[in-house]
Amino acid sequence: MTETSDPDDAWFTGLDRDDTDAARAAIKEGSAAKPRDWPTEAVEAGVVDDHEDYYEWLRSATVDAARATASDRERADDQQLIHLLRAMDDAERTANELAERVAEWGGSRFGESGSGVEYAVEIANRAADDPATERLIALAQEVADLDREARDIRETIERLAPDVAPNLAAMAGPALTARLLSLAGGLKQLARSTSGTVQVLGAEDALFAHLKGNAPSPKHGIIYTHEYVRGTDPEHRGSAARALAGKLTLAARVDHYSGERKPELDAELDDRIATIRARGEDE
Amino acid sequence: MTLPEGVERREFDGREALATEGATVSDEPTVAGWRRWNPDRSKVGAMLEHGMDHGLAGGETVLYLGAASGTTVSHIADFSGPTYAVEFAARPMRNLVGVAQDRDRLFPLLKDARMPETYAHVVEPVDVLIQDVATRGQAEVALANRQFLRDDGRLLMAIKARSEDVTADPETVFDDVAETLEDGYEIVDRRRLEPYHDDHLGVVAVPKAGER
Repeated sequence: MTETSDPDDAWFTGLDRDDTDAARAAIKEGSAAKPRDWPTEAVEAGVVDDHEDYYEWLRSATVDAARATASDRERADDQQLIHLLRAMDDAERTANELAERVAEWGGSRFGESGSGVEYAVEIANRAADDPATERLIALAQEVADLDREARDIRETIERLAPDVAPNLAAMAGPALTARLLSLAGGLKQLARSTSGTVQVLGAEDALFAHLKGNAPSPKHGIIYTHEYVRGTDPEHRGSAARALAGKLTLAARVDHYSGERKPELDAELDDRIATIRARGEDE
Repeated sequence: MTLPEGVERREFDGREALATEGATVSDEPTVAGWRRWNPDRSKVGAMLEHGMDHGLAGGETVLYLGAASGTTVSHIADFSGPTYAVEFAARPMRNLVGVAQDRDRLFPLLKDARMPETYAHVVEPVDVLIQDVATRGQAEVALANRQFLRDDGRLLMAIKARSEDVTADPETVFDDVAETLEDGYEIVDRRRLEPYHDDHLGVVAVPKAGER
């Protein structure tokens, strides 16, 4: 495109028919103050043979642009989910740390033995009668606020995770979905991981100790938090972790490459876990 | 009101239902290439079932705002001319793209219907503007997009009461939206879309002359 770009240009102005990247960018980023009879203008400008030809070009350009823009946007959404998860962890950790300080201080000031965030929330509404207590109460209020923010962030994660990765979220739950995305670096990276990698995500220390030759191989990483691993007896936990990791990997691939919800994936996992657990009972 | 050309009542499992002829979209019942158009899943379908004064003849150029995953727009494109489908959410866009790939003159646009300048470089003036957006300010969206409608064109709009105000009485919401709409349109028909869609109002309107 060598022409100076007029904000009122049609999407096809200055485009080469074979340059799909430029067409995509023009549809996505262009603008005009008013609609005009673009098909006729295109025919008159000689860029297409006739209306039929114009619509054919328009269709391939809009389909291409819509698909590309949608997938860019969705990729951006997995990054938002990762930020939310990390912010939630930070808010929870900070609330707990400050709550310890409040408990120690409040315990001596009020002669009580409360602990944790609950205690901070409890004293946050008390009246202060001296400058030091005023600060103590204010700090307790900060803890209560942070705790509420952590819960709000969790609710947001629960709402967004099914949009970002519908099958993963259905299988792993929103929080574990966000954790897997965070550990892998994004949905695309997770979709390209092997099942063995997904199985030990979050257990990197144990994995490297094993690779150096002085520890057994880890059976599971963060997926331990899933009921299907934790709730299976220790003897069969390795099998359960392997089965879960396998299906989570498939779910991540479907989510990344098609985005359609496939309930049969969770059904297959349910069956597989039932079989593994039944094996334990038979012995 | 008669049905537009390309929309017929056909028999599915012994019961008559609206249908259009075209490529299948999901698992809708199909008989000899005619796809059942379910008014429970489509506000325009409900407007036709209610016999509203839609004014559609078939073959019109259409701008569809709020195309979602393309269920309704697939039927519209089956009996219309060039159809521009605007949807803002990325997730349903994949389905919409699939629907567009099976049709010759359906153009998907991932755009915000509240910002018409971002697609005016692609969309030509149209005979029919169809709007089904679940955002606050539905009348404002219709007014902002009036520039796409030819002087003799028509607006078909589904107003969702809950998008404007969850707590207010739907009738009050409908009256408010209709009043704002009259800044640029003359309403020719309005009707609640129950039992197909709760708390939705179907509106057919024409642009007011000389206020472009």
